[in-house]
Amino acid sequence: MATRALVHVPARVVRGDVFELRALIAHPMETGFRVDSEGRVQPRDIVRRFECHLDGELVFAADLHPAIAANPYLAFWLRARASGTLRLSWRGDRGFVHEEQVALTVLES
Amino acid sequence: MSPALNRRQWLALTATTVPLGRAAATPDALQAAVRDHTGAAGWQPAAPGQMQLELAALVENGNTVPVAIRVNGPLAEGVHVRSLALFTERNPLPEVAVFHLSRHVPRAEVATRMRLATSQQVLALAQLSDGRFIGAALDVVVTLAACLEG
Repeated sequence: MATRALVHVPARVVRGDVFELRALIAHPMETGFRVDSEGRVQPRDIVRRFECHLDGELVFAADLHPAIAANPYLAFWLRARASGTLRLSWRGDRGFVHEEQVALTVLES
Repeated sequence: MSPALNRRQWLALTATTVPLGRAAATPDALQAAVRDHTGAAGWQPAAPGQMQLELAALVENGNTVPVAIRVNGPLAEGVHVRSLALFTERNPLPEVAVFHLSRHVPRAEVATRMRLATSQQVLALAQLSDGRFIGAALDVVVTLAACLEG
């Protein structure tokens, strides 16, 4: 099944404004500490790294550990400088990779 | 008739033979993780009002706990926040997350959702661009722990 991710940015921002970017991705974040009913340890399967690029420049990144809840949610702030493309990427165990692109529209006034 | 163990003897025996090797970060592991993060310089508690760690003091479900870190207090001229990090005292691992803020991030504020294995202290550290680390800690009580350990 395709990975589901939700990214929220304001529909329009004015140049110079600060705005919040919220990102949520469907992922179990299996900690590697749980055992199943047979007593076998469930291998770790988490998102390790989140990155947000704005027009190719890294603007925000996060290193995640098993103590981040399932379906990792991240919210952070950016300043609107010019319209562009936000590229968000999640990388994790077992070769997990997911990318989302969001257009950022910055108004002059 | 072979002598059967009575209840008290049985309890005494099992209590000593059941291994207690559950994974849990100890305050020592927290100290080590923080030292790895900050280097030898360590960290100082943030000035009152300078930094907030927002987390419910009483958590009903440790599986998903909203948490926010914010540095909004006065910093020295030209100094900004380079990274924000979260640590726990008694989760299986002390590290929770490290957030790297570029110069395009206008506000040193990050929100996420974390797991808490038990009632414990949560520590937030902010790395400033002058190299110093400031921190804020909070004690939380967890009524339903995250199933980190099965």
